[in-house]
Amino acid sequence: MLIECDNVSVHIGKRSILSQINLSVNEKEIITVLGPNGSGKTTLFKTFIGALEPSFGSIKKKPNLKIGYVPQRLYIDETLPITVTRFMNLPSRYSSDKIETALGHAGVPGLGKQQIQDLSGGQFQRVLLARALLGKPDLLLLDEATQGLDHRGSADFYRQIAHVRETLGCAVVMISHELHVVMRQTDRVICLNGHICCQGKPETVSGSPEYHSLFGLDKDSEAALYLHQNHHKHSHS
Amino acid sequence: MFDDFLVRAMLAGVGVALAAAPLGCFVIWRRMAYFGDATAHAAVLGIALSLAFSMPIFGGVLLVSLLMAITVSSLSGRGFAMDTLLGVMAHSSLAVGLVAVSFLSGIRIDLMSYLFGDILAVGTTDLMVIWGGAFIVLGLVVWRWSGLLLSTLNADLALASGFNPKQEQLFLTVALAIVVAVAIKVVGVLLIAAMLIVPAATARSYSGTPEMMAIIAACIGAFCGLSGVQASYVFDTPTGPTIVCISALLFVISSVASRVSFFRRSL
Repeated sequence: MLIECDNVSVHIGKRSILSQINLSVNEKEIITVLGPNGSGKTTLFKTFIGALEPSFGSIKKKPNLKIGYVPQRLYIDETLPITVTRFMNLPSRYSSDKIETALGHAGVPGLGKQQIQDLSGGQFQRVLLARALLGKPDLLLLDEATQGLDHRGSADFYRQIAHVRETLGCAVVMISHELHVVMRQTDRVICLNGHICCQGKPETVSGSPEYHSLFGLDKDSEAALYLHQNHHKHSHS
Repeated sequence: MFDDFLVRAMLAGVGVALAAAPLGCFVIWRRMAYFGDATAHAAVLGIALSLAFSMPIFGGVLLVSLLMAITVSSLSGRGFAMDTLLGVMAHSSLAVGLVAVSFLSGIRIDLMSYLFGDILAVGTTDLMVIWGGAFIVLGLVVWRWSGLLLSTLNADLALASGFNPKQEQLFLTVALAIVVAVAIKVVGVLLIAAMLIVPAATARSYSGTPEMMAIIAACIGAFCGLSGVQASYVFDTPTGPTIVCISALLFVISSVASRVSFFRRSL
């Protein structure tokens, strides 16, 4: 067990953002958190990294739990010159070997000397992933890490995440809107809307009425999309 | 050697430039260019207060700039955008300062010398204040560098690495207030913002990393301080504005040069 929320509620001002969250993250598990805007996904992450304190309930963390955090698409002001290596060395310094290995794990080897501003959206997300991997985290948090990437780019990114989990053995909790994309890489899906609406294996959740009412989906269209993903095979040779 | 007023002026200019340059980088990166302006405007109120209570100018200015800095940084993110807040605070504190000055009967102050600085009148005590302030500011910046840089890049990344972005912002605003307080004699209220921003903006196109940008900005600032004092002596021009004119000129030259070399590379 890496992290365990016991009946956690978070209030910001007088507004209740999260209520009665019971959730535990096990080792090497990949969890996807789904929910509409304002459902408290980012608040949940902020509570995980300790930026917010639960108003009620408690959070237990494994002693010396190391968390790697990949933020939502991040904008770096173009007046700030910074190379990939310098960015990776912030705040703690690592040897250039370690940085190169982390970049390799994230799928972008050899980018170290590039300016961050010159990277494509997909490359930058992978650099953020590499930076999160440097500290050898037990738990990787991804906050809509593929926002702004195209369909293929985000599918590639999630495959990389699954690969990272296998090679480095860390658990992953990610926020995503794209259940059909992350489906195959996820062990457990949690639907959040201030509280946990439903959770379970991706196939179970995508078929559940709570999931459909949460996203206002027409059942047939979602099923069609799901089937399309699964039976869509063709060769690229 | 400190007897010569030109040498004192140069030392003062270099001291301010060294402290202002790295802060100027953060001011640019965080898009708070107006912040230097606002704190500098508030300083007029500080001058009025120090004259009214007959305390040293440095103390009054530091007090008001700090108040201003802390108010703005604690109000930001609570319903008003940073530039709105700065606009409100800057103009109202400048106005209150000017009104307060008019109440000071019996004292006639040369407001121009505080608006544009009077670097040639810098004494040995002033030099000690300037260099003391510069060392404190540089120390603060070096000590908080990683946290400041990471919070400038992204507040959440900083939080996840165990830094408190609000606290880092406070360090930065306090450092800015100190720079304004020590620089007011040298370049004056109106030109402090220029000393913060222009050397850093000039350094941008020649820097690959944030550290390099800060160091290059400090060198450019120091050069402008030295050559500005000399040029103002030779051409008999006001010294503070001359320093800023030289840094503006360098900015224009370097922008044109980097455009030209970019154009050549892409041919």
